[in-house]
Amino acid sequence: MNPGPLTALWLSAGGPRTLPEGASSAAPEVDATFFLILYISLFFFVGIVGTMIYFVVKYRRRSPGQRTSPNEGNVHLEIVWTIVPAVIMVGLFYIGFRTWVKMHVPPQEAIEVRVTAFKWGWEFQYPRHSLSFKELIVPKGKPVKLIMSSRDVIHSFFVPAFRVKRDVLPGRYTVMWFKPTRTGSFDIRCAEYCGTSHSRMITRVHVWEYSKWKKWYDSGGGLDKLSPIEYGKHLFTTKCSSCHSDDKSRKKVIGPPLYGIYGKTEVMEGGAQVKVDDNYLRESIMYPQKKIVKGYATQNMNPFPELSDKQLNAIIDYIKTLGRKLPTGTPPKKSAPSK
Amino acid sequence: MSDKHKPKSKDAEPQPASSYLTEHKGISAWLFTVDHKRIGLMYLASITVFFVVAGLLAGTLRLELLTPEADLIKSSDTYNKIFTLHGSIMIFLFIIPSVPAALGNFLLPLQIGAKDVAFPRLNLLSYYIYVLGAVFFLIVLVAGSLDTGWTFYTPYSSGRAHSQTAVIWATAGAFILGFSSILTGINFIVTVHKMRTKGMTWFKMPLMVWALYSTAIIQILATPVLAITLLLLGTERFFQIGIFDPSLGGDPVLFQHFFWFYSHPAVYIMILPAFGIMSELITVHSRKRIFGYKAIAYSSVAIAVISFLVWGHHMFASGQSPLASTLFSFLTFLVAIPTAIKVFSWVATLYKGSIALNTPMIYALSFILTFLIGGLTGLFLGTLSTDVFLHDTYFVVAHFHYVMMGGTFIAFLGGIHHWWPKMFGRMYNETAGRVAAGLVVLGFNFTFLPQFVLGIQGMPRRYHTYDMIAPEWKPAMTLGHQLSTVGTAILTAGLGLMFFYLIYSLFKGPRVTGNVWGARSLEWTHAATPPITHNFAEDPVVTTGPYEFPEIDPDMDRKGARHE
Repeated sequence: MNPGPLTALWLSAGGPRTLPEGASSAAPEVDATFFLILYISLFFFVGIVGTMIYFVVKYRRRSPGQRTSPNEGNVHLEIVWTIVPAVIMVGLFYIGFRTWVKMHVPPQEAIEVRVTAFKWGWEFQYPRHSLSFKELIVPKGKPVKLIMSSRDVIHSFFVPAFRVKRDVLPGRYTVMWFKPTRTGSFDIRCAEYCGTSHSRMITRVHVWEYSKWKKWYDSGGGLDKLSPIEYGKHLFTTKCSSCHSDDKSRKKVIGPPLYGIYGKTEVMEGGAQVKVDDNYLRESIMYPQKKIVKGYATQNMNPFPELSDKQLNAIIDYIKTLGRKLPTGTPPKKSAPSK
Repeated sequence: MSDKHKPKSKDAEPQPASSYLTEHKGISAWLFTVDHKRIGLMYLASITVFFVVAGLLAGTLRLELLTPEADLIKSSDTYNKIFTLHGSIMIFLFIIPSVPAALGNFLLPLQIGAKDVAFPRLNLLSYYIYVLGAVFFLIVLVAGSLDTGWTFYTPYSSGRAHSQTAVIWATAGAFILGFSSILTGINFIVTVHKMRTKGMTWFKMPLMVWALYSTAIIQILATPVLAITLLLLGTERFFQIGIFDPSLGGDPVLFQHFFWFYSHPAVYIMILPAFGIMSELITVHSRKRIFGYKAIAYSSVAIAVISFLVWGHHMFASGQSPLASTLFSFLTFLVAIPTAIKVFSWVATLYKGSIALNTPMIYALSFILTFLIGGLTGLFLGTLSTDVFLHDTYFVVAHFHYVMMGGTFIAFLGGIHHWWPKMFGRMYNETAGRVAAGLVVLGFNFTFLPQFVLGIQGMPRRYHTYDMIAPEWKPAMTLGHQLSTVGTAILTAGLGLMFFYLIYSLFKGPRVTGNVWGARSLEWTHAATPPITHNFAEDPVVTTGPYEFPEIDPDMDRKGARHE
């Protein structure tokens, strides 16, 4: 993509990248409008500030009592500088409106994806896929329509490379669309303040060639093909991993790390000690406020009431594999420490 | 032997005449005063304290943002509380009262030749209501703080499962503060209608008065809407009835409509008085009549009216109907026109003037530069297609700091320096004034200009960390944030210097009396410096406009050549 003259000048002067390279069909028009407004602004800025500086220098006070003009108006000038800005204002309004209408109305043939936002992650669901995903995967060159809602507070779906943004509301759907024009991976950033980890609610949109995407999309990802542990791992990635780590590092992301917790005793806020068993895990997912692990009092996990029993069981099965060997019926050797 | 005949010692100063500052001594003479000038000073002291508090909070944020990761502030909850408090304190306890309540209270009766405002006791009550509201905010600090953003969007703020901070204390505090604003507005409107001195017609009033009047209209009509909105929010949070929270059957976008219906006109409460200051400073320090008096006067009223019709431009991404967004965008462009007219008029006022680059004028000229940037960047945000991209990014943060700080605050500083001698009978060191002005303007631009670029790069606002953003952006964004923080340091140095020399002048500055700038409005021509408690020895009678400077040569333009 060729940068425009102003951008080229800026980059050659050593300036950092400013506008992300556009990756959607809307980007060229939005960027063109952006630069139009920029040029108009620079024109008026230089004109007004330049005139001001010129007057300040030319009419500076050289002696006390220096005489000044009685001038207090000029009807012609005032008419001109009312009409000219008015025309520019209406013109800019129209240009912005025209592009925006196109950005606002999704084409009939747009591929539909459901987006769920929650504190603090994103979940993407495709009609033909029984699994949901934490990253968005879309085809190049085809329109995609997102039907979005939030499980808790207002979030906002923002893809800088596509130049699109729409708030995601609880209790209703908001809709937006885009058409990616090149392959690559781009940030999706939450753009409406939503609490503690607002700045960590970032995921990616991957744009693939249409043929590759279609193959993936049509493969369906049938539920029956996955074992409960694999299914549980998938659900965990989509719904839990934005707040809980599941690997050996036991890194604290937002909530307690889950590696190796099954069978251990956790200490709660208030001092109570609880053994991590299946019921504890289930309760922690469905009613997280009932027992809060020490040190996480303010993290305020939301419950996941939409999970079916099958999904709950799968997630718990997966968690039980983290840092733990599945029991095989043979007791472990005395010398080997059990984890 | 009377004092008159004692030989004067070398450094004896003439004893200052008794003024509103020295008549009626003692703390209760201040706390129970009904003198608009003393009330103005009490407001000035209070808002300064809150400015410093909120400013330190901002400084902390900028230090944290030097790096993408969380370091200085480890907890995101803490960061979120700090940015919320910075915004809430700056808006509710500093900038909205600043020009009207601090400078406006002092100047309005003086400029129209009145002894005081229409309702002096109501004026004192307004101040104490402000103090009560401030106390509520102080309680917020110890009762769990606030992390909703100054905008309190629901359901985050109304749901106890979401924000776990002292939301109800904060909404109660803001509710109370609103009444301070409303009562001041009522007072000013009645004062302007009923208490102008003989000969002062509407079109002989200083433009500062027109500005305060237009502001008062907005204060009275808009603030009650905020009050009710906050009441509804507090009610929902406390009683858990569904108004804005969908899980209780409410509508979250409804909150935004109610909130912005006040908060957009509120920004005009912030800027209109600053426009008034501009008209005074530009005329006095270039010794010229204002260009387009009526245009400036009428445009203030027009802005006050149109400001009620544009609130939805804060909500283009909210899910509001496309028809609403279209109308709001159109009306937003309309309100830009009277504003542009003012800027052109101020520059035209400089033409063939006699311009002194003293401290107040440096601020006035800087205002034109920084307010212009703020206003022009508003065009990007009022345009529907570009707003989709820029909404809720640092571009917006930069825009509103340019208009509120580069606009209102810079004009406020200009006004403080212009009327300082009138208020205190002391003069500050002019060199220090110019140096501080330079640092403030330089530091301000250094802080916020990079933030436009950050916004264009897609850096969202209210982000504690930016290390999760795609790695190819890290160097560019880090650079932008670091430049911004360096700017903050320069700005802080300028403000620190200013604070120092202003306070110093109160104790050690040369005493001044009389019409220091040779201005032609009543506070300078007919009231002492500083004024007596009742303002004027006798009621002034006005026969000319407020900008009739002796330097004006009535023949200049006809003859053409003479302008030296």
